[in-house]
Amino acid sequence: MASKRRTAEPRAKGAPVEAAPPDEKALHHQLLRSMLLQRRFEERCAEAYAIGRIGGFCHLYIGQEAVSTGTLSLLRPDDYVITTYRDHGQALARGIPSRAVMAELFGRIDGCARGKGGSMHMFDKATNFLGGHGIVGGHIPIATGVGFAIKYRGGDQVIACFFGEAAVNNGAFHEALNMAALWKLPVLFIIENNRYGMGTAVERASAINDIYERAASYDMPRGQVDGQDVFAVRAAMKEAIDRARAEQVPTLLEVRTYRFMGHSMSDAVHSTYRTKAELDEYLKRDPIALLRARMEDAGTLTQEELEAMDAEVKAEVQDAWDFAEQSPEPPVEALFEDVLVDTTSDVLHAGRG
Amino acid sequence: MPVITYRDALNQALREEMQRDARVFLMGEEVGVYQGAYKVSKGLLQEFGEMRVVDTPITELGFAGVGVGAAMVGLRPVIEFMTWNFALLALDQVVNAAAKMLYMSGGQFNIPIVFRGPNGAALQLGAQHSQAWESWLAHIPGLKVVAPGTPHDAKGLLKAAIRDDNPVCFLEGEMLYNTKGEVPEGEYVVPIGEADVKRGGADCTIVTWGKQVLVALQAAEQLAKDGVEVEVVDLRTIRPMDEAAVVRSVTKTNRCVVLEEGWYFAGVGAQVTDLVQRECFDHLDHPVLRVHQADVPMPYAKGLEKAAKADVPKTIAAVRRAMYLD
Repeated sequence: MASKRRTAEPRAKGAPVEAAPPDEKALHHQLLRSMLLQRRFEERCAEAYAIGRIGGFCHLYIGQEAVSTGTLSLLRPDDYVITTYRDHGQALARGIPSRAVMAELFGRIDGCARGKGGSMHMFDKATNFLGGHGIVGGHIPIATGVGFAIKYRGGDQVIACFFGEAAVNNGAFHEALNMAALWKLPVLFIIENNRYGMGTAVERASAINDIYERAASYDMPRGQVDGQDVFAVRAAMKEAIDRARAEQVPTLLEVRTYRFMGHSMSDAVHSTYRTKAELDEYLKRDPIALLRARMEDAGTLTQEELEAMDAEVKAEVQDAWDFAEQSPEPPVEALFEDVLVDTTSDVLHAGRG
Repeated sequence: MPVITYRDALNQALREEMQRDARVFLMGEEVGVYQGAYKVSKGLLQEFGEMRVVDTPITELGFAGVGVGAAMVGLRPVIEFMTWNFALLALDQVVNAAAKMLYMSGGQFNIPIVFRGPNGAALQLGAQHSQAWESWLAHIPGLKVVAPGTPHDAKGLLKAAIRDDNPVCFLEGEMLYNTKGEVPEGEYVVPIGEADVKRGGADCTIVTWGKQVLVALQAAEQLAKDGVEVEVVDLRTIRPMDEAAVVRSVTKTNRCVVLEEGWYFAGVGAQVTDLVQRECFDHLDHPVLRVHQADVPMPYAKGLEKAAKADVPKTIAAVRRAMYLD
């Protein structure tokens, strides 16, 4: 439960709590629910992995939920999202139904990639969710390409591209940023700096600590954001999104966050590369606890509302689990489906812009 | 029928497809202002503008990925590699992204993209600029691999590749760009996946593709003087392979020589050999023979380079051996 971790940012005793305007309250509830859904969903993922319902690699996002929610709560339905293999949180925050995400994790036919993708490869055309990608840095040039397509068609969409801080040491990152800056493309490059590329701390991998400054090489707008504070994330993202829509300029944002779990399910929560003391320190800045505190300060959340929301989210996750469990495995005929499309442009793209 | 170069045939294909479909664009190093490192894109920048003929930095991985991203959301990129030798840097995008996207998205995101450029060796370019890539690319499910050997096939197959909704690797030949051949006026397409018998003959089949088609035809001409009639089966498409065309020819001639530009180990020739032993076993009068590059990095020195390449004399020798003439 998030409340157990809530120790940071103590509220001034006796500060008056005024009634918040209804739109503010609705927004706060939307943000909290999104983050809580990711948290509760992934807690059950850990359970499902332990009993073999989920196989392969499974990378949990717990601790980073303010980044996905803060960013994706600002996007329009016609914008695009692309991310890494740590993709469950973004998939849920983008609005892929929790049933479809869980069914994908279970390798079932009703999964958002029909059971072909798994934990690392969530895809959903309906929400312009262009995938979880498994090669560190490999999807960053793809995001630049989506930005190119937006400009090519004269649209005002943006693409949000998430990746970890370890990817900034990869050539694909630099090639992608250079072209996005050179050609002025509406791409949000979002570094989720959770301090570790697997078990290698950022200071052991990057020659500079303020890694957002790498964008200076490309004269690209850049910034550093507290990734545990969903409002800070939203403020920085809004500025970047507005700039991308109006001027078609990319931005690199380094969002400082922390992964509360191991790199993957095969990695202990704290192991050789980080101490329990460090983890405990970061747990004090649980993004959900911080948001709750802010909401209580703003008078937008009561204990009853929180309990009701938590119960509702837990029920949604249980429903997703039940749905995934009863969804059939892909039939063996599906093995050879979707290797190639058996159409040409004249057929498939007729009437498509 | 007009006789034009392989280069101009490709240029016509690009121009016609860009006129036909506003989603088609060309991207790569030196394709615009420079008019193409091999002048394949000559005049296209002037006709279509810099949004559709895009000069890139020297960043193969990056612009291959840009192409994949653009294709993912509905454009139809033609990505030019100055040579396929440089595309090794981009293979993560070709293999891990373009080839697998449809499958791992459960059929939601197809990638209609053409990766094209010259493949294999030219003359004295040394080890890093002289490599045939087809066996690497054809290994991957989710890719189509095309290697035309004539101007006619180059134009028709490039048009087909651009219209295809899958990723197509299009292998040209630096030594082919100046070669000439008949190319019909007006619209035509050569379907991907169809081989072509470039010369008929009853005595021995040579299976080949790409620039080796010319080598095979020269060998066939010389062998005909000795009364040996060779049938040259030009695969044109390596994957999906027109297996029926190979089987049809070998069951007629009872002999098969596979001629490829690249190395023998795990080469495309091994795949053809597997097909022939499987489907034509009872028809064979001689084991399948292979002609290929010597199993060394390409040397610079003229004599050594010649010794390394799969050429006409080596092809003639293989056919004569298959005929028990030597």
